[in-house]
Order: sequence, then structure tokens, then C-alpha cells
Amino acid sequence: MNESNIKGEDIVERLDRFDELPDAPPRKRIKLSWVGKLAALVVAAWLVIVAIGPSIAPFHQMDFAGDDGFLPGDGEFLLGTDYLGRDTFSRILWGARTTIGISLLSTLGAYLIGITLGIAAAVRGGWTDTIISRINDAILSLPTIMLGLIAIAAFGSSIPILIIMAAVIYATSVFRIARALALDIMVQDFVESARARGEGTWWIVTREILPNAAMPLATDFGLRLVFVVLFISSLSFLGLGVQPPTADWGSMVRENLQGLPYGSYASIWPAVAIGSFTIAINLIVDDVSAESGGSLARKMV
Amino acid sequence: MEKLLEIKDLKIEARREDGTPIPIVKGVSFDVHKGQVVALIGESGSGKTTISLSALAYTKPGLEFAGGEVRLHGEDLLTAEPLRQRDLRGRKVAYLAQSAAATFNPAITIGEQVTESAVLHGILTQDEANARAERLYRSLELPDPDRIGNRYPHQVSGGQLQRLMAAMALCGKPDLMVLDEPTTALDVTTQIEVLKAFKKVIHEENAAAIYVTHDLAVVAQIADYIVVLYGGEVMEQGSAEQIINNPGHAYTRKLMEAVRPKPAAGLGTVVTGEHDRDIAALVVKDMSAGYGRKLNGEPAVTVLRDINVKVENGHVVGVIGESGCGKSTLARVMAGLLPQAAGEVVLDGENLEADLQDRSRDELRKVQFVYQMADTALNPRQRIDDIIGRPLEFYHGVKGRERQQRVQEILEMVELPAEFGARYPAELSGGQKQRINLARSLAASPEVLLCDEVTSALDSIVGANVIKLLNNLKDKTGVSFVFISHDLSTVASFADEIVVLYAGRVVEQGPTDQVLTPPYHPYTRLLISSVPELRIGWLEDTVELREMAVGIAKGVEITDVGCPFYNRCPSAIEGTCDITDAPVRQLAEGHEIACHLDVSDLQLKISHEASAG
Repeated sequence: MNESNIKGEDIVERLDRFDELPDAPPRKRIKLSWVGKLAALVVAAWLVIVAIGPSIAPFHQMDFAGDDGFLPGDGEFLLGTDYLGRDTFSRILWGARTTIGISLLSTLGAYLIGITLGIAAAVRGGWTDTIISRINDAILSLPTIMLGLIAIAAFGSSIPILIIMAAVIYATSVFRIARALALDIMVQDFVESARARGEGTWWIVTREILPNAAMPLATDFGLRLVFVVLFISSLSFLGLGVQPPTADWGSMVRENLQGLPYGSYASIWPAVAIGSFTIAINLIVDDVSAESGGSLARKMV
Repeated sequence: MEKLLEIKDLKIEARREDGTPIPIVKGVSFDVHKGQVVALIGESGSGKTTISLSALAYTKPGLEFAGGEVRLHGEDLLTAEPLRQRDLRGRKVAYLAQSAAATFNPAITIGEQVTESAVLHGILTQDEANARAERLYRSLELPDPDRIGNRYPHQVSGGQLQRLMAAMALCGKPDLMVLDEPTTALDVTTQIEVLKAFKKVIHEENAAAIYVTHDLAVVAQIADYIVVLYGGEVMEQGSAEQIINNPGHAYTRKLMEAVRPKPAAGLGTVVTGEHDRDIAALVVKDMSAGYGRKLNGEPAVTVLRDINVKVENGHVVGVIGESGCGKSTLARVMAGLLPQAAGEVVLDGENLEADLQDRSRDELRKVQFVYQMADTALNPRQRIDDIIGRPLEFYHGVKGRERQQRVQEILEMVELPAEFGARYPAELSGGQKQRINLARSLAASPEVLLCDEVTSALDSIVGANVIKLLNNLKDKTGVSFVFISHDLSTVASFADEIVVLYAGRVVEQGPTDQVLTPPYHPYTRLLISSVPELRIGWLEDTVELREMAVGIAKGVEITDVGCPFYNRCPSAIEGTCDITDAPVRQLAEGHEIACHLDVSDLQLKISHEASAG
């Protein structure tokens, strides 16, 4: 009972030649949804402003340009003025560099520390792992904002100290993820195979482990950056972060809070800036992790 | 016979990103009658699982029904309301997945899981379900049927869990069972016990079943009707007798060829002596090894005891045994991945350090390990060029253009096109990945290649091609092989010598022809008679055998004293075998059997050979 319209001989010949599918499946690429694309546009715009913001701003961040505080927006002061009569629009453009710049540097620092220690702990194992992990747990158990307050009380508040402090605090979560990822990858056969070949630790870390951890770590970088932006902004809001008169989105919200009862938007605009940047990054991360499956989400829990 | 399930012109499609459909199942029709077992047979990608799931009106995510009918008792399932579909699933049609270990929830007792579906659908009350489950345990010949339901999944063996899954499916008295490769991951001896139980219970319950597999020999034992699939189309269908004894389609015949013949003398290659040198390539002497922290020089769990194995230059040594017998551990000790607790590993007459960190780069080069799962053995972030090129660079200092040249030669050696160098492992099929896996080891120019179950994860046809390749490579390169497999037929067709491991000890070893002819060690006899034959009625004949009755009923017990096979041996001598270690008998040059029985007692032929002859 031969029901097929393919000739058996054809198939057998095909099997003899290739034994399997000769075609490569299409390479997987990350595709953003339209929301993701919009978010990417927002983030890109903010990054451009970080680079050229101060030079396109109509006023200097410390320029008392307006005659009065809390002026509504008009042709000259696009978003009005703040409590001291400075141009809110210009200060947001200037503040992008402070807020995003500090956060980026802190997050990069956190990654440098976290990945180095995380992979070291995973590769060395034993006592090294135990000691680093327990210290990490201890730091992780304290609320970040508390830690920040203590550090500022001890060292005072300056931009370098803010960066170092945020880097150390956020390195703890990066450490956790990097260590978990590295442990997962280390037990894979291809790592054992490299070990059996006689490869050194450096090769194994840089060629076998890191490339495979890169994607989940990159996704996490976005999230971590958002946390740092919010952290720096909260500190500034409390008056402990970036000090006046430097423009910073967090401190701008606080400074102008008193204008809210008078209908001034001066504290809303910097909040919108923080919101747009952080939400946009979140949306991109969502898209990327949806592509790379739920494995990342599981690891981050 | 009453028509139970009717599949008519079934079409299932996937969609590309741009919305164009890719046909997966291209118009398949067949019927399942009451009390009948229909086998869907084909390789991976043939659509057999997809078709079988349509009996539950279910497709995997990303697929959709594009046409045709699936009628159960005349009712079209595909157009039924979702609630109605859900009602039928588990009540009328039950599904048994391939891996029982992944099906059972480890935190809930077996009994609760077996009865859950029947109670949930309101077919039985909890008490009735419990009683029925117990009856099913009994007819599936599970040990301790009145209490096994109180155990947790990790407290029973793999074969038992597979049978418990059948109990789970049958508890709600379904009309139809869908079994997806239920014995593929099992050892031959376990496979027999599971097949036998399935067949019995399907007959007793007068249930119908769709049995999905790629193994024709298994199909011959259990199916009444066979549907041969390729690329989502029916190549041929007919009664089991007709397909097995008189296949009409060329593809079916190709599948039959891939079923390797029953292991017997004369299948292995005869060693020509061409590559022989005076010194054995690799020798393992009085070696013991295990896992866990060491106490007084003994590991917490000893997996291998007093192993003596010699790999002559240019020879292929096959290592066989059931899972857990220590096959892979042996290879890992040879490769230095697991330092042995006692004994020596000698390479080219030189003692090797136990830990690979203390071995020299050249020693590492000479012994290469080929992993079972090519999926995890290849770094997904490296191109094939780099995967194969690295050993060349690392051991031989070959760089740049010369490296590229060598990579292409090696790709050619494993019969892959040179363009594959630019691809990532994810862009290759399973068999192609396994070839790259081999190519990487070959790039080191090893003297001994340790192959750990390299064909086990592959389809029969693809696996047969890999064996063909290994045979070519052996002739071309003169490399010695240690070939580990639980599949005796594969080993028999490739190895010059065979080592039979049982519970961490060598029970028999010698040249292939001698191991596969009497005198046998009782365990070797059990293994040989467990390999399914492509013959209807083989299962019934085999389970009648005396050694089977004893051998498949019990599990492996690792013992410190006596012969480990004592509890499963049909000829065990009480008071001797369980107390003293078995003496190693030299039967011929290089042929050893560890057994208390006299050589004359071991001369017994496989019983049905004797009875048939």
C-alpha cells in the first residue's frame, strides 16, 4: 500500500548523501516590537543629549535667566523656570549628563567588580567562594538607601564618592548573577572539554564562560542602570546626592517641590525625564529577554 | 472491529515570521480500531509526535491545524469547543510522555499522581481510583503493589517509573493511549520489562494505543498496525506482519537496514595488525574509582573496582553494560577527568598522572574524549572554525592560513562541506554536530579516542552513518578507540574487543567473536538475549527464557563482597556467589570471564537458540 507521491528511491538517495537537513536554519536575531523600537528611540535621544546637551541648551545650568521663579513655559523658557528663576529646559539638558553619566559610570563599575568577583568565586570555588559570597550576602541584606546614607555620612557627598558607592552597592547583585551564570556554564561539557584539552583558567573564563554569559548580563545591565538612576535620584531628592547648583534630575524634583501648590511644572519635568529614560530601558530589556526566553528571568529571581 | 479514532487528511502547519505557512504534516490518514496498537514510525522531523498529539486535539506552540479531521467515536475533535476538548483529554485519550522522570512531580507521592486525573474528571472516587491503581500496579507487575503508591518518584527505578506512568494514563479508563517513545531512553533489559508490561495491560484493558517510536524492532513486538512516516507524509501503512515481513516502500527498507543485526560472532572487524606496535596504547591496571570525598583513600561511593583493561594500538575496545554500571566513569578516569582512587593508567608504557592538571600537554593530546551530547559539548558562541582550529593551535601551534587549511581537511575527513566552518553549532543538525564533536577530537591527532555513547542520542539511520564514519576514520588514522555504548549491536558491529561491565566490575572481556559466542558470562547472555529482534513474536519467546525471568525482574545491586550479578543470575550458587568474589577464568588468549561456574556450565547457548536449533 504505497500512498506517497514522493518516490522512495529519491528519499533514500537524499538520505545517503546528507543523512540530514542540508540547510542551516536562519540565524536568530533580536527583533524589537514597535514599543521596543520607540523605547530605543527615546534612549538614543537621551544619550545624544548626554553628549551634546550643554552645548545646545539655551542657557547655562547656573544662569539666573528668568526674572522670577516658577514662571510658566513660554517662547523663551520652554518649560518655564525653577524656584531660582533658572531655565528648567536647559537644566534638564545639563542634568542628563550628570544623572545618566553618573549612573552609567556606577553601573559599569558595578559590573567590573561584580563580574570579576562572581567569576572568580565560581571558578575558584571552596573557601574563596564561601568568603566572597558571605560578605556579599551581608551587604545585600542591608537596604541600599540605608547603605548610601551611611556612606555619605562617613565620606561626605561628592560625585566621585557617589559613583564609587553606587558601584559597590550594586556590584552585590551583579556578583550574584555572574556567579550563578558562571556556575551553570562551568559544568557544561564544552568547558570540561577545554579543561581536558589543558587550557588555562584565563582562556576558559574569557573564551568559554564570558561569551555565553554576555547576553543575560547585557540584559541585566539595562535593568541595573535603571536601579542606579533611581538610586542616585533618590539620594539627590533627599539632598544627599548631587549638590547644588549642579543640575541633576533628582535634585531638581526636590528643589522645585515647593512650586507644586502654585501650579508650577518645574518639579514634574525632571520626573518625566527620569520616567521616560528608565521606562524606555525597561521596555527594551523586556523585548530582549522575551527573545532569549525565560531562562534569564529564572536566574534573576 | 469498531473504529475508535479516525484521522483523515490531517494537515498541520507552522508559520514563518512573514506569515507564510510551512507544512509540517501534509495530509495524513489512518484509523485506530478498538483493542489495536498503531505504531507511528519515522525519524526525528517526520512529524510522528505532532500527529500523535492531534489525537488529543493538541498541537505544540507555534503549530496549527490547517485541515483534515480527527474523529473520536465519530466526533470531530478539531472543531470541538475548547472545554469539550479538555474534557476528552485524560478521560477518553491519555498521553504518556517519553520521559517518566520529567512527567512525575518529585514532591508528590506516586499514588496521588496516578489517581489524580481519574478523580479530577469525576470518573472514579478517590477510593475507587486507589483500588483501580493497585490493580493496575499488579498487572504491570510492579513490586509491592499495595504500597508502591505511597512512595515518591525518586524511590523507584526508571523502568518502574515508566510503568507507573502507564498506570497513570490507564487509571481513568481511557479509550485511547498515546505513547511517545516510552522505551527509547531505557536499557535493553529494562525495555523488555516495560514492553512486556505495556503489552499485557493494553490487552487486559482492551484499550487502543498510538505508539510513537523510531525503533522498528520495538514496533515489531507491540504493534498490530504500522504507519511509516517521512517528512510529514505517510510512506506506507499496513498490518505489522505485512510491513515487517514484506516492506513495500524503499524508505521502509532503509529503516530496516538501520536496525543492526543481532550481535553475533563475525560481525566485528577482524584486526589486520597493520597498525600494531609492541606497546599497548592504553592500559588500565587494578583501577578503582568513585565519587565523593575521600576517607582513608576510599571515595564515598565506589563506582569501579579492580578494573584491568588493555587497549591495543589501532584496536577498538567496546565497553558495554547497563546505565549506572560505570562505563562513562571508566572513560573519565582514562581521560583524567576523574582521578582514580587506586591503580594505574598507562599510556604508551608511561604512567599517567591521575589528575589531568598534572599531565603534560602531549599526554593530554594523545587521549581525547568525545562527549555523548554534541549539543552541550560544543560552545554555542564559537564558530566551527574556532572549535576545530583551537586544538590545532593549542597542541600543534598551527596558525593563520595553515590552520584554515587543516580545518578544511578535517571537515572533509568527517564528510562535511568546508563552508560549515563559518557556522555556529546551532546552525547544524544533530548528526552534523556529532561529526564536529568528533572532528574536534581528531584535530588533536590523538592516539586514543574515548567515545562515550556517541550514537545514543541519534536516530537509527543517522547513528548508522556515524558508525560508518568511525570505521573509515579508524582505517585512515590508525587511532585506537574506546567505544562506550549500552547498545550491544552497535558495539558488536564496530569493536575488536569487548569489555562487559556490571555494577562497576569487569565480568567478561575478550575479542568480540569470543565474547559473543559461548561460553558466556551469565550477564553477557542476558544482555545478548535482551536485544530486540526485528521479528514478530520475539518478545513472547524471550520472556519465556529462564534467564529473563530472573534477570529482568530485579535491579542492579552494588555489593562489596561476592559476585554483583548474584541476585539476577539464573545459575547463582547460594553460599558461594554471594560470599566470595568470582574468580577470573582465562578461557583463551585475552578472553576472561569472572564467574564461579565451571567453563562447561558457561557453554550453555542462549536458550531459544538451543530450542530453535
